Amino acid sequence: MADINLDQIENRADITDVVCPVTFVKAKVALEELEPGDLIAIHMNDGEPVQNVPRSIKEEGHQILKLIDNEDGTYDLIVRRGEDDA
Amino acid sequence: MAFTNDQLERYSRHIILKEIGVKGQKRLLNGSVLVVGAGGLGAPVAEYLAAAGVGKIGIVDADNVDLSNLQRQIIHTTADIGKPKVISAAETMQAINPDVEVKPYQEFLYSGNVMDIVKDYDFVIDGTDNFPAKFLINDACVLTKTAFCHAGVIRFQGQLMTYVPGEGPCYRCVFKDPPPKGAVPTCREAGVIGAMVGVIGSLQAMEAVKYLTGAGELLTGSLLTYDALTNQFRKIKLPKDPDCAVCSDHPTITEPIDYEQAACDFDPKNPLNE
Repeated sequence: MADINLDQIENRADITDVVCPVTFVKAKVALEELEPGDLIAIHMNDGEPVQNVPRSIKEEGHQILKLIDNEDGTYDLIVRRGEDDA
Repeated sequence: MAFTNDQLERYSRHIILKEIGVKGQKRLLNGSVLVVGAGGLGAPVAEYLAAAGVGKIGIVDADNVDLSNLQRQIIHTTADIGKPKVISAAETMQAINPDVEVKPYQEFLYSGNVMDIVKDYDFVIDGTDNFPAKFLINDACVLTKTAFCHAGVIRFQGQLMTYVPGEGPCYRCVFKDPPPKGAVPTCREAGVIGAMVGVIGSLQAMEAVKYLTGAGELLTGSLLTYDALTNQFRKIKLPKDPDCAVCSDHPTITEPIDYEQAACDFDPKNPLNE
């Protein structure tokens, strides 16, 4: 898992332009557009987003693979989309 | 269809819900509901469905806003007195959510227009106050295979049930025919608490949202009753009538019927009919 590189990931979502709860909503919308098993990198701000969004995504049944600290106040969260169960 | 950031924010509390999500919100935005009656029941239904982002909402009512309506018909304000109810309702709905298309029908529903109006919608709300209209809506929905939610409210009591074609009974399976003229008081004669129509109308809005999104279970085959004085909700199971005049395999009603408008000919200025 640890060797996944951000450059390898084509699907991207940027949630740095919105605030809670739209951060999670925007991430959720991006995930719903993928096929199960697809990977996505979600770009988010430090603070509330990085504290809450990964947990909410996990609760939706997706797999968190890696959280990359960009050391500029932002993070990239790499997620594998879970199966559809709704 | 991609959501704008504004839409994501407006509908965020829906999209967060696992049972609704992106798919459910798209279904709401692509869905259509006809609200018959812009009165006590129609008011909360129309407001909640507009707020929820139901793409197209039709609203039918021939009346104008009257001072005596404002105690319960919260979609209208004092400044709207004298205005057609459908116009007043449409203005409030558009003010709540400019995303939705509101189609006002300033007319009474009758056998001649009901089929044409109902067939353009995914779901119908019966927010009427009289039996001829309730049977008319039921028959038109059965004949056009359209799901609808019936409700009735009087004094401190209310009820609702949902009809889905092919699943469970229709209103006529349960209630057969309108009661004789004068046998049942209308809410004009009997009175009603404003919050009562709010409770029952909100439950109807919930049925419409669940129908459009596919979330949860509907009140098909069940009548939900609420008694505000005793705080009792009861869910009564109701079977389909195999000999129903309209929804059985051998119907005797094949087109909508205009029953005599018995219920609402009471004149409050002349209560003894003198």
